[in-house]
Amino acid sequence: MMDISKNFFEFIGLPVSFDIDQSELADRSRELQKTLHPDRYAHLSDREQRMSVQYMSFLNEGVATLRSPLLRAQYLLLLQGIDTESESSTPIAPMFLMQQMELRERLEEIPDQDDPYAELEDLLAEVEGMLKTLREQFAQDYREGALTAATEAVRKMQFLEKLVVEIERLEDRLDG
Amino acid sequence: MAYSEKVIDHYENPRNVGKMNDKDANVGTGMVGAPACGDVMRLQIKVSDDGIIEDAKFKTYGCGSAIASSSLITEWVKGMSLEEASELKNTAIAEELALPPVKIHCSVLAEDAIKAAVADYKEKKSK
Repeated sequence: MMDISKNFFEFIGLPVSFDIDQSELADRSRELQKTLHPDRYAHLSDREQRMSVQYMSFLNEGVATLRSPLLRAQYLLLLQGIDTESESSTPIAPMFLMQQMELRERLEEIPDQDDPYAELEDLLAEVEGMLKTLREQFAQDYREGALTAATEAVRKMQFLEKLVVEIERLEDRLDG
Repeated sequence: MAYSEKVIDHYENPRNVGKMNDKDANVGTGMVGAPACGDVMRLQIKVSDDGIIEDAKFKTYGCGSAIASSSLITEWVKGMSLEEASELKNTAIAEELALPPVKIHCSVLAEDAIKAAVADYKEKKSK
C-alpha cells in the first residue's frame, strides 16, 4: 500500500529532482488516482476508506507541488531543512531589491500609459524571462549541492512570482 | 483578515509616501524585502547636520500591514536623532497598529528599513 511518510517525489514515483518530466508526472498521477480513488474502496471498512481519502489528498497536494516550478523548488529546499516560505526578514541583495522596486513602480504607472495592454505584456515578458533564468539557476545550484545559492534563487523567485500575481490583477482590473 | 482601524487609516491615507534623491549626501536610504510574501519597502531619511532626522519618506509594495508599519515609522522618526531612530523596536509598531501575530513580520520589516536607512546615511558620511 501507499506510504504517505514518503516525500511527494517518491510517493508519485519520480526522481527527487527539479528537472521533472511534466508528462510523466501527469501519467503517474493518473495511474495513482485510479488505484487510490475512494470509490474503489466502497466495499472496504471505514478505516480503509478514510485512508484512501487521505492518500488522495496527499496525492493532489503532491501533484500541485511538483507541477509548479516555484512550489517544487521550495519543496526541494524543505526536504533539505530549508524553509523559505516562513522566514520573515532576510537580507536580500540591495541591487535586486532596487530592481524589484523599479518593476513595481513601472507596474503602478501602467494604467496611465497610452497603451497599457502593450506595456503590461512587455512587463510580463520581462518578468517571465527573469523567472526562467532563476529556475535554470536554481536547477544548476541544486544539482551541484550549492544550497545557499539555490535558496537565494528561490527567494528571488518568490518576489517575482508575487509580481506576476500583481500584473495579472492589474490585467483583470483593466478588463473590468 | 480584519485590520485594525489604525492600519486602515494608514493604508488609506499613507503619510510621507515618496522618494528623495538618494545621491543627496544628507539622505539615507534603506531597502528591505520579505521574500516569503514578496513585499518590498524603501525608507528614506533626510538628516540635518546636527544629526536630527528632518524628514522621512517611504514607498512600500505589500499588504496593508506593511504599508501601515512603514507609514507609521516615517511619522515617528521625524525629529528623532539617528540613535533614537535606530533604537525603535518593531514591537512598538505592532502594538500601536494592533497587528495580529501573522503580521508581526511587517513591523520587523519597517524596523529593518529604518536601521538600513541610518546605516546607509552613516556609511555615506564616513566616506
